[in-house]
Amino acid sequence: MSWNVVSMLSGESGADRVVPPTGFTARLTMFTAAAMAFLAVFALALSLATDRLATRWSDALARTATVRISAPPEQVARQLEAALTVLRTTPGVAEARALEDDARRALLEPWFGPDLPLDDLQIPELIEVIETEEGFDAVGLRARLAGEAPGAVLDDHTRWRAPLVRAAERLRALGLISLGLISAATAAMITLATQAALAANSQVIQALRLIGALDSYIARAFVRRFTLRALTGALAGTLAGVAAVALLPRADSAGGFLTGLGFSGTGWVLPLIIPPAAALVAFAATRFAAFRQLRETP
Amino acid sequence: MIELDNVAYSYGNDSLFSDVTLHLAPGSFHFLTGPSGSGKSTLLKLCYMELMPTDGIMSVFGKDVTTMARDDVARTRRRIGVVHQECQFLDHMPLAENLALPLTVSGRDEGAHVDNLDELMGWVGLSRRAEALPPQLSGGERQRAALARAVIMDPEVLIADEPTGNVDWEMSLRLLQLMVELNRMGKTIVIATHDLNLIRAAKSQVSVRVLRIAGGKLRLAGAEL
Ligand SMILES: Nc1ncnc2c1ncn2[C@@H]1O[C@H](COP(=O)(O)OP(=O)(O)O)[C@@H](O)[C@H]1O
Ligand SMILES: [Mg+2]
Repeated sequence: MSWNVVSMLSGESGADRVVPPTGFTARLTMFTAAAMAFLAVFALALSLATDRLATRWSDALARTATVRISAPPEQVARQLEAALTVLRTTPGVAEARALEDDARRALLEPWFGPDLPLDDLQIPELIEVIETEEGFDAVGLRARLAGEAPGAVLDDHTRWRAPLVRAAERLRALGLISLGLISAATAAMITLATQAALAANSQVIQALRLIGALDSYIARAFVRRFTLRALTGALAGTLAGVAAVALLPRADSAGGFLTGLGFSGTGWVLPLIIPPAAALVAFAATRFAAFRQLRETP
Repeated sequence: MIELDNVAYSYGNDSLFSDVTLHLAPGSFHFLTGPSGSGKSTLLKLCYMELMPTDGIMSVFGKDVTTMARDDVARTRRRIGVVHQECQFLDHMPLAENLALPLTVSGRDEGAHVDNLDELMGWVGLSRRAEALPPQLSGGERQRAALARAVIMDPEVLIADEPTGNVDWEMSLRLLQLMVELNRMGKTIVIATHDLNLIRAAKSQVSVRVLRIAGGKLRLAGAEL
Protein backbone atom coordinates (compact mmCIF):
# COMPACT_ATOMS: atom_id res chain seq x y z
CA MET A 1 0.00 0.00 0.00
CA SER A 2 2.08 2.90 -1.24
CA TRP A 3 -0.22 5.87 -1.26
CA ASN A 4 -0.18 8.43 1.48
CA VAL A 5 -1.75 11.75 2.35
CA VAL A 6 0.33 13.70 -0.14
CA SER A 7 -0.27 11.48 -3.14
CA MET A 8 -3.92 11.40 -2.23
CA LEU A 9 -4.30 15.16 -2.14
CA SER A 10 -2.26 15.72 -5.27
CA GLY A 11 -3.69 12.75 -7.19
CA GLU A 12 -5.90 13.18 -10.22
CA SER A 13 -9.53 13.86 -9.47
CA GLY A 14 -10.96 11.26 -11.87
CA ALA A 15 -11.41 8.82 -9.02
CA ASP A 16 -13.61 11.30 -7.18
CA ARG A 17 -16.18 11.41 -9.89
CA VAL A 18 -16.97 7.70 -9.84
CA VAL A 19 -18.67 8.32 -6.51
CA PRO A 20 -21.94 10.21 -6.82
CA PRO A 21 -22.38 13.40 -4.77
CA THR A 22 -23.16 12.28 -1.26
CA GLY A 23 -25.68 14.86 -0.02
CA PHE A 24 -26.16 14.91 3.71
CA THR A 25 -23.01 12.99 4.66
CA ALA A 26 -21.02 15.77 3.01
CA ARG A 27 -22.73 18.46 5.03
CA LEU A 28 -22.52 16.34 8.19
CA THR A 29 -18.77 15.93 7.81
CA MET A 30 -18.22 19.59 7.10
CA PHE A 31 -20.38 20.69 10.03
CA THR A 32 -18.78 18.20 12.44
CA ALA A 33 -15.30 19.27 11.47
CA ALA A 34 -16.20 22.94 11.84
CA ALA A 35 -17.89 22.50 15.24
CA MET A 36 -15.11 20.31 16.59
CA ALA A 37 -12.41 22.68 15.36
CA PHE A 38 -14.24 25.56 17.07
CA LEU A 39 -14.26 23.62 20.36
CA ALA A 40 -10.66 22.56 19.87
CA VAL A 41 -9.59 26.20 19.69
CA PHE A 42 -11.08 26.78 23.15
CA ALA A 43 -9.60 23.60 24.60
CA LEU A 44 -6.24 24.67 23.23
CA ALA A 45 -6.64 28.19 24.63
CA LEU A 46 -7.60 26.73 28.00
CA SER A 47 -4.55 24.46 28.08
CA LEU A 48 -2.19 27.26 27.14
CA ALA A 49 -3.75 29.77 29.55
CA THR A 50 -3.70 27.41 32.53
CA ASP A 51 -0.15 26.51 31.69
CA ARG A 52 0.81 30.18 31.84
CA LEU A 53 -1.29 30.67 34.98
CA ALA A 54 0.40 27.80 36.80
CA THR A 55 3.81 29.17 35.91
CA ARG A 56 2.91 32.69 36.92
CA TRP A 57 1.40 31.68 40.22
CA SER A 58 4.24 29.50 41.24
CA ASP A 59 6.78 32.16 40.17
CA ALA A 60 5.08 35.12 41.79
CA LEU A 61 4.14 33.36 44.99
CA ALA A 62 7.34 31.51 45.49
CA ARG A 63 9.45 34.59 45.94
CA THR A 64 7.55 36.29 48.78
CA ALA A 65 6.32 35.40 52.23
CA THR A 66 4.55 37.24 55.01
CA VAL A 67 5.01 37.33 58.80
CA ARG A 68 2.00 38.34 60.81
CA ILE A 69 2.27 39.52 64.40
CA SER A 70 -0.73 38.53 66.51
CA ALA A 71 0.00 39.62 70.05
CA PRO A 72 -1.59 41.65 72.84
CA PRO A 73 -1.40 45.35 71.87
CA GLU A 74 1.27 46.22 74.39
CA GLN A 75 3.64 43.54 73.06
CA VAL A 76 3.12 44.13 69.32
CA ALA A 77 5.84 46.73 68.87
CA ARG A 78 8.48 44.70 70.75
CA GLN A 79 7.67 41.46 68.94
CA LEU A 80 7.68 43.27 65.58
CA GLU A 81 11.21 44.49 66.27
CA ALA A 82 12.33 41.02 67.44
CA ALA A 83 10.83 39.33 64.37
CA LEU A 84 12.50 41.84 62.03
CA THR A 85 15.84 41.17 63.72
CA VAL A 86 15.43 37.43 63.33
CA LEU A 87 14.46 37.80 59.68
CA ARG A 88 17.34 40.07 58.80
CA THR A 89 19.80 37.52 60.17
CA THR A 90 18.19 34.58 58.39
CA PRO A 91 20.03 33.23 55.35
CA GLY A 92 17.83 33.28 52.23
CA VAL A 93 15.94 36.40 53.22
CA ALA A 94 16.76 39.25 50.85
CA GLU A 95 14.59 41.86 52.47
CA ALA A 96 12.18 42.12 55.41
CA ARG A 97 10.09 45.20 55.86
CA ALA A 98 7.16 46.09 58.10
CA LEU A 99 4.17 47.25 56.10
CA GLU A 100 3.10 50.87 56.71
CA ASP A 101 -0.52 51.63 57.52
CA ASP A 102 -1.07 52.78 53.94
CA ALA A 103 0.24 49.53 52.55
CA ARG A 104 -1.90 47.48 54.89
CA ARG A 105 -4.94 49.57 54.04
CA ALA A 106 -4.24 49.02 50.33
CA LEU A 107 -4.12 45.28 50.93
CA LEU A 108 -7.50 45.26 52.59
CA GLU A 109 -9.18 47.84 50.42
CA PRO A 110 -10.54 45.40 47.82
CA TRP A 111 -12.48 43.66 50.60
CA PHE A 112 -13.49 46.49 52.93
CA GLY A 113 -13.44 49.70 50.92
CA PRO A 114 -11.12 52.73 51.10
CA ASP A 115 -12.08 54.36 54.44
CA LEU A 116 -10.94 51.59 56.70
CA PRO A 117 -10.25 52.82 60.29
CA LEU A 118 -7.20 50.62 60.87
CA ASP A 119 -6.71 51.78 64.45
CA ASP A 120 -10.15 50.64 65.58
CA LEU A 121 -9.86 47.33 63.80
CA GLN A 122 -6.82 45.81 65.39
CA ILE A 123 -5.35 44.72 62.12
CA PRO A 124 -2.23 42.70 62.81
CA GLU A 125 1.16 44.08 61.91
CA LEU A 126 2.56 42.54 58.74
CA ILE A 127 6.13 42.05 57.59
CA GLU A 128 6.75 41.44 53.90
CA VAL A 129 9.62 39.02 53.35
CA ILE A 130 11.35 38.80 49.98
CA GLU A 131 13.43 35.69 49.42
CA THR A 132 16.69 35.29 47.58
CA GLU A 133 17.04 32.85 44.67
CA GLU A 134 17.80 30.02 47.08
CA GLY A 135 14.96 30.78 49.47
CA PHE A 136 14.97 30.23 53.23
CA ASP A 137 14.36 27.20 55.40
CA ALA A 138 10.78 27.73 56.58
CA VAL A 139 10.97 25.14 59.39
CA GLY A 140 14.13 26.62 60.91
CA LEU A 141 12.77 30.14 60.60
CA ARG A 142 9.53 29.18 62.35
CA ALA A 143 11.47 27.69 65.23
CA ARG A 144 13.57 30.81 65.68
CA LEU A 145 10.55 33.10 65.43
CA ALA A 146 8.73 31.05 68.06
CA GLY A 147 11.63 31.69 70.45
CA GLU A 148 12.09 35.41 69.81
CA ALA A 149 8.55 36.56 68.94
CA PRO A 150 5.88 34.06 70.00
CA GLY A 151 3.12 36.05 68.27
CA ALA A 152 4.82 35.93 64.86
CA VAL A 153 3.25 33.62 62.31
CA LEU A 154 5.19 32.86 59.14
CA ASP A 155 3.05 32.47 56.08
CA ASP A 156 5.30 31.30 53.26
CA HIS A 157 2.41 30.86 50.77
CA THR A 158 3.30 27.28 49.99
CA ARG A 159 0.27 26.26 51.96
CA TRP A 160 -2.13 27.95 49.54
CA ARG A 161 0.12 28.09 46.54
CA ALA A 162 0.18 24.31 46.16
CA PRO A 163 -3.58 23.82 45.65
CA LEU A 164 -3.70 26.77 43.24
CA VAL A 165 -0.93 25.39 41.13
CA ARG A 166 -2.50 21.94 41.36
CA ALA A 167 -5.82 23.39 40.19
CA ALA A 168 -4.13 25.09 37.27
CA GLU A 169 -2.40 21.87 36.33
CA ARG A 170 -5.68 19.98 36.61
CA LEU A 171 -7.30 22.51 34.29
CA ARG A 172 -4.50 22.13 31.80
CA ALA A 173 -4.92 18.36 31.90
CA LEU A 174 -8.66 18.82 31.33
CA GLY A 175 -7.86 20.99 28.32
CA LEU A 176 -5.64 18.29 26.88
CA ILE A 177 -8.21 15.57 27.61
CA SER A 178 -10.80 17.74 25.85
CA LEU A 179 -8.56 17.94 22.80
CA GLY A 180 -8.24 14.15 22.83
CA LEU A 181 -11.99 13.69 23.20
CA ILE A 182 -12.69 16.17 20.42
CA SER A 183 -10.35 14.27 18.11
CA ALA A 184 -11.97 10.96 19.01
CA ALA A 185 -15.48 12.35 18.56
CA THR A 186 -14.50 13.82 15.20
CA ALA A 187 -13.07 10.48 14.09
CA ALA A 188 -16.22 8.68 15.24
CA MET A 189 -18.58 11.10 13.50
CA ILE A 190 -16.63 11.06 10.27
CA THR A 191 -16.41 7.27 10.38
CA LEU A 192 -20.21 7.15 10.72
CA ALA A 193 -20.67 9.64 7.89
CA THR A 194 -18.31 7.63 5.68
CA GLN A 195 -20.08 4.41 6.51
CA ALA A 196 -23.40 5.99 5.61
CA ALA A 197 -21.94 7.21 2.32
CA LEU A 198 -20.40 3.81 1.60
CA ALA A 199 -23.61 1.98 2.42
CA ALA A 200 -25.62 4.34 0.23
CA ASN A 201 -23.16 3.63 -2.57
CA SER A 202 -22.79 -0.12 -2.20
CA GLN A 203 -24.13 -0.59 -5.74
CA VAL A 204 -21.54 1.78 -7.12
CA ILE A 205 -18.78 0.06 -5.20
CA GLN A 206 -19.97 -3.35 -6.39
CA ALA A 207 -20.09 -2.16 -10.01
CA LEU A 208 -16.59 -0.67 -9.76
CA ARG A 209 -15.20 -3.85 -8.22
CA LEU A 210 -16.66 -5.97 -11.01
CA ILE A 211 -15.05 -3.94 -13.76
CA GLY A 212 -11.65 -4.33 -12.14
CA ALA A 213 -11.20 -1.29 -9.87
CA LEU A 214 -8.66 -1.84 -7.11
CA ASP A 215 -9.74 -1.33 -3.51
CA SER A 216 -7.29 1.53 -3.21
CA TYR A 217 -8.86 3.27 -6.20
CA ILE A 218 -12.36 3.05 -4.76
CA ALA A 219 -11.23 3.99 -1.27
CA ARG A 220 -9.32 6.98 -2.62
CA ALA A 221 -12.48 8.42 -4.14
CA PHE A 222 -14.15 8.46 -0.73
CA VAL A 223 -11.09 9.32 1.35
CA ARG A 224 -10.18 12.30 -0.82
CA ARG A 225 -13.64 13.72 -0.61
CA PHE A 226 -14.07 13.34 3.12
CA THR A 227 -10.58 14.57 3.90
CA LEU A 228 -11.04 17.72 1.85
CA ARG A 229 -14.41 18.32 3.46
CA ALA A 230 -13.01 17.89 6.97
CA LEU A 231 -10.17 20.24 6.09
CA THR A 232 -12.55 22.89 4.80
CA GLY A 233 -14.90 22.56 7.76
CA ALA A 234 -12.08 22.61 10.30
CA LEU A 235 -10.56 25.67 8.65
CA ALA A 236 -13.83 27.56 9.01
CA GLY A 237 -14.32 26.35 12.60
CA THR A 238 -10.78 27.27 13.58
CA LEU A 239 -11.08 30.77 12.14
CA ALA A 240 -14.36 31.28 13.98
CA GLY A 241 -12.85 29.94 17.21
CA VAL A 242 -9.77 32.13 16.98
CA ALA A 243 -11.92 35.16 16.24
CA ALA A 244 -14.07 34.36 19.27
CA VAL A 245 -11.01 34.06 21.52
CA ALA A 246 -9.57 37.29 20.12
CA LEU A 247 -12.83 39.06 20.91
CA LEU A 248 -12.90 37.91 24.57
CA PRO A 249 -12.78 40.85 27.04
CA ARG A 250 -9.16 41.62 27.90
CA ALA A 251 -7.57 40.41 31.10
CA ASP A 252 -7.64 43.71 33.00
CA SER A 253 -11.32 44.34 32.37
CA ALA A 254 -12.50 40.81 33.03
CA GLY A 255 -10.13 39.98 35.88
CA GLY A 256 -10.33 36.94 38.08
CA PHE A 257 -10.08 33.50 36.59
CA LEU A 258 -10.59 34.62 33.01
CA THR A 259 -7.31 36.51 33.24
CA GLY A 260 -5.32 35.46 30.24
CA LEU A 261 -7.71 32.95 28.59
CA GLY A 262 -6.48 33.31 25.05
CA PHE A 263 -3.33 33.09 23.03
CA SER A 264 -0.27 35.22 23.35
CA GLY A 265 2.59 35.82 20.96
CA THR A 266 3.48 32.71 18.98
CA GLY A 267 0.57 30.93 20.67
CA TRP A 268 -1.66 32.39 17.97
CA VAL A 269 0.03 30.08 15.47
CA LEU A 270 -0.89 26.93 17.37
CA PRO A 271 -4.57 26.76 16.26
CA LEU A 272 -3.26 26.45 12.71
CA ILE A 273 -2.47 22.84 13.61
CA ILE A 274 -6.17 22.10 14.02
CA PRO A 275 -7.30 21.99 10.34
CA PRO A 276 -4.51 19.66 9.17
CA ALA A 277 -5.03 17.56 12.30
CA ALA A 278 -8.75 17.29 11.49
CA ALA A 279 -7.88 16.35 7.91
CA LEU A 280 -5.54 13.67 9.18
CA VAL A 281 -8.20 12.30 11.52
CA ALA A 282 -10.71 12.27 8.64
CA PHE A 283 -8.17 10.62 6.35
CA ALA A 284 -7.52 7.80 8.81
CA ALA A 285 -11.18 7.35 9.76
CA THR A 286 -12.41 7.29 6.15
CA ARG A 287 -9.69 4.96 5.01
CA PHE A 288 -10.46 2.58 7.84
CA ALA A 289 -14.19 2.63 7.10
CA ALA A 290 -13.69 2.31 3.35
CA PHE A 291 -11.40 -0.69 3.50
CA ARG A 292 -13.63 -2.38 6.02
CA GLN A 293 -16.65 -1.97 3.73
CA LEU A 294 -14.63 -3.06 0.69
CA ARG A 295 -13.58 -6.30 2.33
CA GLU A 296 -17.26 -7.24 2.32
CA THR A 297 -17.58 -6.61 -1.43
CA PRO A 298 -16.64 -9.64 -3.59
CA MET B 1 -8.33 -19.81 -19.50
CA ILE B 2 -11.04 -20.61 -16.98
CA GLU B 3 -11.10 -24.12 -15.56
CA LEU B 4 -13.58 -25.66 -13.18
CA ASP B 5 -13.01 -29.15 -11.81
CA ASN B 6 -15.80 -30.84 -9.85
CA VAL B 7 -16.99 -27.48 -8.70
CA ALA B 8 -20.07 -27.16 -6.50
CA TYR B 9 -22.00 -24.13 -5.40
CA SER B 10 -24.72 -23.66 -2.82
CA TYR B 11 -26.45 -20.57 -1.48
CA GLY B 12 -26.69 -21.49 2.19
CA ASN B 13 -27.36 -25.19 2.67
CA ASP B 14 -29.21 -26.06 -0.55
CA SER B 15 -26.80 -27.29 -3.18
CA LEU B 16 -27.48 -25.55 -6.52
CA PHE B 17 -25.11 -27.65 -8.60
CA SER B 18 -22.20 -29.98 -8.04
CA ASP B 19 -19.50 -31.86 -9.93
CA VAL B 20 -19.37 -29.20 -12.60
CA THR B 21 -16.30 -29.64 -14.77
CA LEU B 22 -15.73 -27.06 -17.47
CA HIS B 23 -12.59 -26.03 -19.31
CA LEU B 24 -12.88 -22.88 -21.38
CA ALA B 25 -10.10 -23.15 -23.94
CA PRO B 26 -8.72 -19.99 -25.58
CA GLY B 27 -10.79 -19.02 -28.59
CA SER B 28 -13.69 -21.30 -27.72
CA PHE B 29 -17.35 -20.24 -28.03
CA HIS B 30 -19.74 -21.68 -25.44
CA PHE B 31 -23.45 -21.31 -24.94
CA LEU B 32 -24.94 -22.08 -21.55
CA THR B 33 -28.62 -22.99 -21.47
CA GLY B 34 -30.99 -24.40 -18.94
CA PRO B 35 -34.29 -23.66 -17.26
CA SER B 36 -34.77 -20.49 -15.31
CA GLY B 37 -33.33 -20.88 -11.82
CA SER B 38 -31.04 -23.76 -12.80
CA GLY B 39 -27.91 -21.77 -11.95
CA LYS B 40 -26.69 -20.23 -15.22
CA SER B 41 -26.06 -16.82 -13.70
CA THR B 42 -24.45 -18.40 -10.66
CA LEU B 43 -22.07 -20.41 -12.80
CA LEU B 44 -21.06 -17.30 -14.72
CA LYS B 45 -20.56 -15.38 -11.46
CA LEU B 46 -18.12 -18.09 -10.42
CA CYS B 47 -16.25 -17.56 -13.70
CA TYR B 48 -15.56 -13.89 -12.96
CA MET B 49 -15.10 -14.50 -9.25
CA GLU B 50 -18.08 -12.62 -7.94
CA LEU B 51 -18.78 -15.88 -6.12
CA MET B 52 -16.31 -18.51 -4.90
CA PRO B 53 -16.99 -22.23 -5.35
CA THR B 54 -18.14 -24.02 -2.23
CA ASP B 55 -16.32 -27.14 -3.36
CA GLY B 56 -13.95 -28.28 -6.08
CA ILE B 57 -11.02 -26.61 -7.79
CA MET B 58 -11.22 -23.58 -9.99
CA SER B 59 -8.57 -21.51 -11.70
CA VAL B 60 -8.67 -18.39 -13.85
CA PHE B 61 -5.74 -17.69 -16.18
CA GLY B 62 -3.88 -20.44 -14.38
CA LYS B 63 -4.37 -19.03 -10.88
CA ASP B 64 -6.29 -20.83 -8.19
CA VAL B 65 -9.18 -18.53 -7.30
CA THR B 66 -9.24 -19.44 -3.62
CA THR B 67 -5.73 -18.12 -3.05
CA MET B 68 -5.98 -14.99 -5.18
CA ALA B 69 -5.45 -11.65 -3.40
CA ARG B 70 -8.15 -9.00 -3.79
CA ASP B 71 -6.02 -6.81 -6.05
CA ASP B 72 -5.21 -9.87 -8.14
CA VAL B 73 -8.90 -10.55 -8.54
CA ALA B 74 -9.45 -6.96 -9.69
CA ARG B 75 -6.60 -7.12 -12.22
CA THR B 76 -7.78 -10.49 -13.49
CA ARG B 77 -11.27 -9.08 -14.04
CA ARG B 78 -9.80 -6.50 -16.40
CA ARG B 79 -9.02 -9.38 -18.74
CA ILE B 80 -12.63 -10.60 -18.60
CA GLY B 81 -15.48 -8.59 -20.09
CA VAL B 82 -18.80 -9.17 -18.33
CA VAL B 83 -22.39 -8.46 -19.31
CA HIS B 84 -24.46 -8.88 -16.17
CA GLN B 85 -28.03 -9.96 -16.20
CA GLU B 86 -28.91 -6.91 -14.13
CA CYS B 87 -26.69 -4.37 -15.85
CA GLN B 88 -24.91 -2.24 -13.29
CA PHE B 89 -24.07 1.30 -14.28
CA LEU B 90 -23.17 4.41 -12.33
CA ASP B 91 -26.43 6.32 -12.57
CA HIS B 92 -24.85 9.76 -12.05
CA MET B 93 -22.51 9.47 -15.03
CA PRO B 94 -23.43 9.90 -18.70
CA LEU B 95 -23.46 6.74 -20.79
CA ALA B 96 -20.21 7.50 -22.63
CA GLU B 97 -18.33 7.84 -19.33
CA ASN B 98 -19.92 4.66 -18.05
CA LEU B 99 -18.73 2.76 -21.08
CA ALA B 100 -15.22 4.14 -20.64
CA LEU B 101 -15.23 3.35 -16.91
CA PRO B 102 -13.19 0.12 -17.17
CA LEU B 103 -10.49 2.18 -18.90
CA THR B 104 -10.77 4.92 -16.26
CA VAL B 105 -10.39 2.64 -13.27
CA SER B 106 -7.45 0.82 -14.78
CA GLY B 107 -5.72 4.09 -15.71
CA ARG B 108 -5.91 3.49 -19.49
CA ASP B 109 -8.38 6.20 -20.41
CA GLU B 110 -6.41 7.89 -23.17
CA GLY B 111 -5.51 7.61 -26.82
CA ALA B 112 -6.42 4.62 -28.92
CA HIS B 113 -8.68 3.04 -26.32
CA VAL B 114 -10.99 6.03 -26.31
CA ASP B 115 -11.21 6.04 -30.11
CA ASN B 116 -12.74 2.58 -29.79
CA LEU B 117 -15.51 4.11 -27.74
CA ASP B 118 -17.19 5.98 -30.59
CA GLU B 119 -16.93 3.03 -32.93
CA LEU B 120 -18.30 0.71 -30.29
CA MET B 121 -21.22 3.00 -29.48
CA GLY B 122 -22.02 3.14 -33.18
CA TRP B 123 -21.97 -0.64 -33.40
CA VAL B 124 -24.47 -1.10 -30.57
CA GLY B 125 -26.58 1.80 -31.92
CA LEU B 126 -26.06 4.17 -29.00
CA SER B 127 -24.13 7.01 -30.68
CA ARG B 128 -26.89 9.48 -30.07
CA ARG B 129 -27.30 8.44 -26.41
CA ALA B 130 -23.76 9.29 -25.32
CA GLU B 131 -24.88 12.02 -22.93
CA ALA B 132 -27.90 10.18 -21.53
CA LEU B 133 -27.83 8.98 -17.94
CA PRO B 134 -28.31 5.21 -17.49
CA PRO B 135 -31.73 5.53 -15.80
CA GLN B 136 -32.99 7.31 -18.93
CA LEU B 137 -32.20 4.28 -21.13
CA SER B 138 -34.58 1.49 -22.05
CA GLY B 139 -33.86 -2.10 -21.01
CA GLY B 140 -32.61 -2.95 -24.49
CA GLU B 141 -30.38 0.10 -24.63
CA ARG B 142 -28.89 -0.80 -21.28
CA GLN B 143 -28.13 -4.31 -22.47
CA ARG B 144 -26.39 -3.01 -25.57
CA ALA B 145 -24.48 -0.55 -23.41
CA ALA B 146 -23.46 -3.36 -21.08
CA LEU B 147 -22.05 -5.33 -24.01
CA ALA B 148 -20.14 -2.29 -25.22
CA ARG B 149 -18.68 -1.74 -21.74
CA ALA B 150 -17.75 -5.42 -21.50
CA VAL B 151 -15.62 -5.30 -24.65
CA ILE B 152 -14.10 -1.82 -24.30
CA MET B 153 -11.02 -3.23 -22.57
CA ASP B 154 -10.42 -5.65 -25.40
CA PRO B 155 -10.75 -8.58 -22.97
CA GLU B 156 -9.47 -12.07 -23.59
CA VAL B 157 -12.71 -13.58 -22.34
CA LEU B 158 -16.26 -12.28 -22.75
CA ILE B 159 -18.91 -13.55 -20.37
CA ALA B 160 -22.47 -12.48 -21.18
CA ASP B 161 -25.53 -13.34 -19.10
CA GLU B 162 -28.65 -13.20 -21.31
CA PRO B 163 -27.20 -10.36 -23.39
CA THR B 164 -30.14 -10.38 -25.80
CA GLY B 165 -32.97 -10.83 -23.32
CA ASN B 166 -34.48 -7.41 -23.88
CA VAL B 167 -33.71 -6.60 -27.50
CA ASP B 168 -35.53 -7.38 -30.73
CA TRP B 169 -34.37 -10.10 -33.08
CA GLU B 170 -32.60 -7.70 -35.42
CA MET B 171 -30.57 -6.21 -32.59
CA SER B 172 -29.92 -9.69 -31.16
CA LEU B 173 -28.30 -10.68 -34.42
CA ARG B 174 -26.28 -7.48 -34.43
CA LEU B 175 -24.99 -8.12 -30.92
CA LEU B 176 -24.28 -11.75 -31.82
CA GLN B 177 -22.36 -10.49 -34.84
CA LEU B 178 -20.14 -8.45 -32.53
CA MET B 179 -19.43 -11.50 -30.39
CA VAL B 180 -18.78 -13.70 -33.41
CA GLU B 181 -16.30 -11.12 -34.72
CA LEU B 182 -14.56 -11.07 -31.34
CA ASN B 183 -14.41 -14.87 -31.36
CA ARG B 184 -12.85 -14.82 -34.81
CA MET B 185 -10.22 -12.49 -33.37
CA GLY B 186 -9.41 -15.23 -30.87
CA LYS B 187 -11.47 -14.16 -27.89
CA THR B 188 -13.09 -16.73 -25.64
CA ILE B 189 -16.86 -16.29 -25.45
CA VAL B 190 -19.43 -17.65 -22.97
CA ILE B 191 -23.07 -16.70 -23.38
CA ALA B 192 -25.91 -17.76 -21.11
CA THR B 193 -29.20 -17.70 -22.98
CA HIS B 194 -32.38 -19.62 -23.47
CA ASP B 195 -32.90 -18.21 -26.94
CA LEU B 196 -32.39 -21.28 -29.14
CA ASN B 197 -32.67 -19.21 -32.31
CA LEU B 198 -29.67 -17.20 -31.22
CA ILE B 199 -27.68 -20.41 -30.72
CA ARG B 200 -28.67 -21.65 -34.15
CA ALA B 201 -27.68 -18.34 -35.70
CA ALA B 202 -24.27 -18.59 -34.04
CA LYS B 203 -23.82 -22.21 -35.10
CA SER B 204 -24.17 -21.22 -38.72
CA GLN B 205 -21.14 -18.91 -38.42
CA VAL B 206 -18.67 -20.36 -35.92
CA SER B 207 -18.13 -23.61 -34.14
CA VAL B 208 -19.84 -23.49 -30.76
CA ARG B 209 -20.32 -25.86 -27.83
CA VAL B 210 -23.70 -25.83 -26.16
CA LEU B 211 -23.88 -26.76 -22.49
CA ARG B 212 -27.01 -27.34 -20.54
CA ILE B 213 -27.37 -27.02 -16.80
CA ALA B 214 -30.35 -28.69 -15.19
CA GLY B 215 -31.04 -30.60 -12.00
CA GLY B 216 -27.75 -29.51 -10.50
CA LYS B 217 -25.59 -31.00 -13.28
CA LEU B 218 -23.85 -29.54 -16.30
CA ARG B 219 -23.92 -31.55 -19.54
CA LEU B 220 -23.28 -31.13 -23.22
CA ALA B 221 -26.60 -30.34 -24.87
CA GLY B 222 -28.15 -33.06 -26.98
CA ALA B 223 -28.87 -33.19 -30.65
CA GLU B 224 -32.07 -31.17 -30.42
CA LEU B 225 -30.05 -28.14 -31.51
N1 LIG C 1 -27.91 -14.32 -3.79
C1 LIG C 1 -28.69 -15.43 -3.74
N2 LIG C 1 -29.02 -15.96 -2.54
C2 LIG C 1 -29.77 -17.06 -2.47
N3 LIG C 1 -30.24 -17.71 -3.54
C3 LIG C 1 -29.95 -17.26 -4.76
C4 LIG C 1 -29.15 -16.08 -4.92
N4 LIG C 1 -29.01 -15.86 -6.25
C5 LIG C 1 -29.68 -16.84 -6.88
N5 LIG C 1 -30.25 -17.69 -6.00
C6 LIG C 1 -31.04 -18.86 -6.32
O1 LIG C 1 -30.22 -19.77 -7.02
C7 LIG C 1 -30.93 -20.35 -8.08
C8 LIG C 1 -30.22 -20.13 -9.38
O2 LIG C 1 -30.20 -18.76 -9.70
P1 LIG C 1 -29.52 -18.24 -11.03
O3 LIG C 1 -28.09 -18.66 -11.02
O4 LIG C 1 -29.79 -16.78 -11.16
O5 LIG C 1 -30.31 -19.06 -12.12
P2 LIG C 1 -30.54 -18.74 -13.67
O6 LIG C 1 -29.60 -17.64 -14.05
O7 LIG C 1 -30.26 -20.01 -14.34
O8 LIG C 1 -31.96 -18.34 -13.80
C9 LIG C 1 -32.32 -19.74 -8.08
O9 LIG C 1 -33.19 -20.65 -7.44
C10 LIG C 1 -32.17 -18.51 -7.26
O10 LIG C 1 -33.36 -18.27 -6.54
MG1 LIG D 1 -29.87 -15.78 -14.75
